Amino acid sequence: MASVSTNEMKSGTKVLIDGEPYSVIENEYRKPGKGQATNSIKIRNLKTGRVLEKTLRSGDSWEAADVEDTDMQYLYNDGQFWTLMDPSSYEQIQAGEAAMADAAQWLKGEETVRVTLWNGVPLSVAAPNTVELTITETDPGLRGDTATGGTKPAKLETGAVVKVPLFVTEGEKIKVDTRTGEYLNRAGK
Amino acid sequence: MNWKPTASFDTLRARAALLARIRQFFAEREVLEVTTPVLSRHATVDRHIDSFATVDGRWLQTSPEFAMKRLLAAGSGPIWQLAPVFRLDEQGRHHNCEFTMLEWYRPGFDHRRLMDEVESLLRSCDAPESGWRRFSYREAFELHAGFDPHTLDASALRARLRERGVAGPDDLSADEGADRDFWLDLWMSHVVGPQLGRGAPAFLYDFPASQAALARVRDELPPVAERFELFWHGIELANGFHELTDAVEQRNRFEADQVWRRQRGRVVPPHDRELIAALQSGLPACAGVAIGVERLLMMLLGKSCIDEVMAFPADRA
Repeated sequence: MASVSTNEMKSGTKVLIDGEPYSVIENEYRKPGKGQATNSIKIRNLKTGRVLEKTLRSGDSWEAADVEDTDMQYLYNDGQFWTLMDPSSYEQIQAGEAAMADAAQWLKGEETVRVTLWNGVPLSVAAPNTVELTITETDPGLRGDTATGGTKPAKLETGAVVKVPLFVTEGEKIKVDTRTGEYLNRAGK
Repeated sequence: MNWKPTASFDTLRARAALLARIRQFFAEREVLEVTTPVLSRHATVDRHIDSFATVDGRWLQTSPEFAMKRLLAAGSGPIWQLAPVFRLDEQGRHHNCEFTMLEWYRPGFDHRRLMDEVESLLRSCDAPESGWRRFSYREAFELHAGFDPHTLDASALRARLRERGVAGPDDLSADEGADRDFWLDLWMSHVVGPQLGRGAPAFLYDFPASQAALARVRDELPPVAERFELFWHGIELANGFHELTDAVEQRNRFEADQVWRRQRGRVVPPHDRELIAALQSGLPACAGVAIGVERLLMMLLGKSCIDEVMAFPADRA
């Protein structure tokens, strides 16, 4: 297995520590002029999301983790697994609930998603930054009220619930930012 | 391909002005400017400084110290120079593997008198006029770490550092676990150093004898090395010594460092025999200091990354 030395660790470098995959967030080199050099390295566990800081002697290395980000097409959910397809090889893989996390609520099928694979197994799935979805359920808004800035909850076709302005109505398609879960605008037909 | 410089032209003009000011300072004080070889048949054997080796078996200097001491032993009187220096694998926000060292030697000075001169030089380069501080290594640790660095053993140093949220490497060897200097270095780079010179610059002096490098050791209890460093905004800018002049002691330290390196499978360069010969013939009692010019410029201009003060840092060189 390839290894990565402290001077090769950049933000985004993927490493394996005690069998767990991590992504490097920050790497700070410190050295007293005539003393021991160390690197303080902030890393994120790619399975749990937990962030920790480690001190290494400069020149030490970690094993490189076989982690890659790739774009795949989301096909369907069978109630337990989400099936994803590599658009070039048509190879299909399945992601569980932990990997899907927040992404699941924005997907209805056919979308291109960013999948982080570790040894070929999906660690995490990111929905497209914005999605357009139809409102299936929301209270009728107050007619003519377009300016006061009030909001109400609206349920989307995928089951996600977002806050929308009062003038938006059931059956309308809206654009949502999946990173913040916020309504952006009406998407029209 | 990013071929452009990382420093602005304003910064490069400030650098040129700083170098001119330094040159004027030493001219006024009648200190002789010298140039010594960058490429040498021997190298430093310092435990924590690695040299670039060339294909013909020579070494790029990590400091012009040895050649300058040979000039002193030959009777040069006070000398200074601006030298390109090279340190393998030193790269970071405050490090570049190639940088400029301002180094000078003063026969008849001790480390205290040389600290005075460093202060005068920096003041003449627009460093703060007032508020300079001086702390012994012990005082600085008592103030910022809360203990006397000369008395705690390695395991206590390690345990207290862990309490501060700095764990140290996971895969410690027994050797490192028991090495006080290893832990003192971590304390210095993670806790104490960053607190020093937060307003005006601050000197740190009287280091543990185990960190004497090329300084003389004063026989007290505990013995301390007559060595100083200068910090500004938590960054180390300079290192100075009341120089060791004893040839036998110097050779012993070189050989001990070589043994240390060999035991750890590190590169063991040949130490400078000509320096030992010069010390045998007689190095005048003197003090010497080296200042990282790019770091000084960073602090004077309020820059946070060394790339901002270099035309082309290592990754664009």
